Amino acid sequence: MEHRSLLEWRESLRRREISARELVEYYLERIRRLDPKIKAYLTVCEEEARRQAQEADRRLSAGEDLPLLGVPLAIKDNICTRGVRTTCASRILENFVPPYDATVIERLKAAGAILLGKTNLDEFAMGSSTENSAFFPTRNPWDTERVPGGSSGGSAAAVAADLCAGALGSDTGGSIRQPASFCGVVGFKPTYGRVSRYGLVAFASSLDQIGPLTRTVADTALLLQVIGGPDERDTTSWPEPQPDYLAELEKPLSPLRLGIPKEAFGEGLSSEVRRVLEEALREAEKLGHEIREVSLPHLEYALPAYYIIAPAEASSNLARYDGVKYGFRAQGRDLIDMYKKTRSRGFGAEVKRRIMLGTYALSAGYYEAFYRKASQVRTLIIRDFEEAFRQADLILMPASPTPAFRLGEKTDDPLKMYLSDIYTIPVNMAGLPGLSLPVGFTENRLPVNLQIIGPQLADALVLAFGRALEAALALDLKPPLE
Amino acid sequence: MAISKEEVQHVAHLARLEFSEEDLERFTRELSGILEYMAKLSEVDTSGVEPTYNALRLENRFREDQVQASFPPEEILSNAPEREGSSFVVPRVIRS
Amino acid sequence: MEFEAVIGLEVHTQLLTESKIFCGCSARFGAEPNHHACPVCTGMPGSLPVLNRRVVDFALRLALAVGARINPVCVFARKHYFYPDLPKNYQISQYEAPLAEGGAIEIEVDGKRKKIGLVRIHMEEDAGKLVHDEARPVSYVDFNRTGVPLLEIVSQPDIRSPEEAVAYLKKLRTIVRYLGICDGNMEEGSLRCDANVSVRPKGSEEFGVKVELKNMNSFRHVERALRYEIKRQIGLLLEGKPVVQETRLFDEATGTTHSMRGKEEAHDYRYFPDPDLVPVRIDEAWIERVRAELPELPDVKRERFMREYGLPAYDAEILTASRPLAEFFEECVKLFPQPKKVSNWLMTEVLRELNREGKEIDETGLKPEHVAELLKLVDEGVISITAAKKIFPEVYATGADPRKLVEERGLRQESDEAALEAVCREVLSENPAEVEKYKAGKKGVIGFFVGQVMRKTRGKANPKLVNQILTRLLEE
Repeated sequence: MEHRSLLEWRESLRRREISARELVEYYLERIRRLDPKIKAYLTVCEEEARRQAQEADRRLSAGEDLPLLGVPLAIKDNICTRGVRTTCASRILENFVPPYDATVIERLKAAGAILLGKTNLDEFAMGSSTENSAFFPTRNPWDTERVPGGSSGGSAAAVAADLCAGALGSDTGGSIRQPASFCGVVGFKPTYGRVSRYGLVAFASSLDQIGPLTRTVADTALLLQVIGGPDERDTTSWPEPQPDYLAELEKPLSPLRLGIPKEAFGEGLSSEVRRVLEEALREAEKLGHEIREVSLPHLEYALPAYYIIAPAEASSNLARYDGVKYGFRAQGRDLIDMYKKTRSRGFGAEVKRRIMLGTYALSAGYYEAFYRKASQVRTLIIRDFEEAFRQADLILMPASPTPAFRLGEKTDDPLKMYLSDIYTIPVNMAGLPGLSLPVGFTENRLPVNLQIIGPQLADALVLAFGRALEAALALDLKPPLE
Repeated sequence: MAISKEEVQHVAHLARLEFSEEDLERFTRELSGILEYMAKLSEVDTSGVEPTYNALRLENRFREDQVQASFPPEEILSNAPEREGSSFVVPRVIRS
Repeated sequence: MEFEAVIGLEVHTQLLTESKIFCGCSARFGAEPNHHACPVCTGMPGSLPVLNRRVVDFALRLALAVGARINPVCVFARKHYFYPDLPKNYQISQYEAPLAEGGAIEIEVDGKRKKIGLVRIHMEEDAGKLVHDEARPVSYVDFNRTGVPLLEIVSQPDIRSPEEAVAYLKKLRTIVRYLGICDGNMEEGSLRCDANVSVRPKGSEEFGVKVELKNMNSFRHVERALRYEIKRQIGLLLEGKPVVQETRLFDEATGTTHSMRGKEEAHDYRYFPDPDLVPVRIDEAWIERVRAELPELPDVKRERFMREYGLPAYDAEILTASRPLAEFFEECVKLFPQPKKVSNWLMTEVLRELNREGKEIDETGLKPEHVAELLKLVDEGVISITAAKKIFPEVYATGADPRKLVEERGLRQESDEAALEAVCREVLSENPAEVEKYKAGKKGVIGFFVGQVMRKTRGKANPKLVNQILTRLLEE
């Protein structure tokens, strides 16, 4: 019964082999038993999930056919859920209960999905290990001494440990793809604008995207179908309707040119990861695809540019947390004192670090040298990808330079932590779709993922190739939990 | 490209943050390190390159001028740290 | 040493859209605190702005009306500062790429015409309202006004006197009212003005130190504040003291300006393009659509009124100060084609009623038919002009048909020549001494006779006709 895919559960529900209520109880029991070790969840919506399951059963009996009817999902806690605490793993929003649902939540609800709970993350999605959560770190189900990655560590761990049928995360510089790699699950960052950001607590507006984390590529395709598409409440969302992803997955794949950027397989990549990835590339060739070298000459500049643009936007997006309208408020002598104490006590160290960086980058005298310069470098990175996609249909890169590291291993040096994202950041900068697919394990059985990147709006192609490779590899992705 | 403690203090004030002396030292060190890394960008020739602020290059997205029902005040105020009637309450700005 | 003042004005106009600039909450004034609010205009986590197209339309109307250069692409930028009435602690405004730049507004002071140049026009969102408690050290925040659309209009420092400043403000107000984009009410805050003022020796090309003036809530305030500030600055310079660059507030009780107490922080707004909003590209087609819908502008209308209706400048100025009034005038003239008589009537009787009630003509029940009818009755000699003035307030208040009123009240003038002649002969025969005076050359005595006829007819006689008959009889 364990580790079924979302689509398998959906099928069982439709055939009435299992009721929605039974499925929810299955997950609530696993959460009760296993989550104390993993700590993926910040909030479990026990009563509400049961009530939703009851409603789902009624509708299933009535023969209603909704894409996710009765399917229990976990949601990263930076996505607003009406009436359910949404903390962003921060003290400053510890008791914030939004009076509205994010667009993706409205769409999941309309599709009949059940909200199991809210998962842990690095505070305000800033981090690569979930150690920046103000509450507690989440553990990797493959080795609980190690991190699950970040910032969507809670969602990735919940999927890996089968504590939900699927989950949503968010990705600004790799926050879905890297934890997916650390936890051996499928994670997808759609093309920027594919999925509405309305209701996603903003970190870096021009980089953020919500995306699925699941056990299979087909599951991801289904979730994307439900949550994606134009939203008039988000004017940065792509106005054209989505293709039918699951239908696209069924179509046979013509031979593809797979580009391997030479800059991505140089030093900085751990030898273990390199070994696993090279094996995966050979599998891809066996499927009839052509591997060829491409170049992304400005790849090494993506990270410094990102660490100006993202904190700059973040410093602006987080200015609203001031204790006036919602969230934590500290007592202060006067207004300015209240602001300073509220924000200094409410935000954790990494968040404050990035707010400081961002404020500095935008401040008078530095804007040109920092923000504008970084935005120009962004153009060059976009051009690099456009050029590379003239020679390749898809680009393959590592999802992370290393497998999951130990808790505390990188927390003393922020720059060390930032380097975890060197392969994922350029994809956000260019707004491209990126799939993180499990392709193998290290010697000590830690998962390693491959990143599959497509041109803008080629989400269906990325998923199709991912699914083909997934089928060819047929990995056993059950962590040694129980 | 190091940053001085005074600059860090100024930036902290702009961002409405305050730090203990110890934290201020640590932040100054960390930020200096990060900024030195960012200085790599000056190696890149960006003359004549237009900055990109949005990867999709969309334009002209609007809504029509129609009134939609506002949220009930109770919901707007539901998370207020302090309220009176249907207003939020904040400490006075005291001018020194 | 003679000094001259150099003044630039920064005006904010609240736009008359139905909904706010970035969300669907009502932009109307007057609701209970936080009753026109939503996650977007209260800056809740995860909320996103969506631009109201009509704000751009209104902004384009103004840009075209003042001859500004419209930028083909404009961008919204975030302007950062912390204040409780600004829920996101940044205001969405425009910085490097505003909607329009340049343009000018023509004013007239003491018969002299002058063009005041504009620097730029841009769109932005309004902040909320902060009300300070008298007793406790707290303030109350209301976000109803947050997100109401504003246009910021910045003038060149071309203004040289408080009179010019007021003329500029009045003209700008007339223009935005004509365009239907703003009701231009300084007292209610839909039109706000800050001033930048410096002085320099007359003839100098260099600028003196600029002082920013705030807290002026009426045209009168602006005039008094500028007058005081100019005098203050000149006074300082004459004493050899420097003018400090600062922000000063106008105090209406004393008519003076004083420095904003406390540490004056130079703001670092950290502008950058708002990543939640995409650029606005305005093409020729859009501009033409807006241009086609532009009403005839006040200056053009004034010139046309003088030309087409032969009205003096004074009349034309008054009639075109308000677009509804101008349109009312033209409707009246269509029905009663004697423009000067219509103009006189509107400038006296009608404006008196409007000013008394503080209304615009289209806010009353008065129709052009009413005025035309009244003027016709006088013209036909059915009633005297005095009688017309007497019944007008009732016509204005109740919309009653003047002809009906005249019948009901028996206000018809006596215009039957035969009947009047009889009364005239009566009066003349009763007053032989006065007749002699008239014949001796004192023509003014006719007024006495007219008065007597009016008394005998209880005011009903048509005075013009009476005058004619008496003159004829006396000349016989």
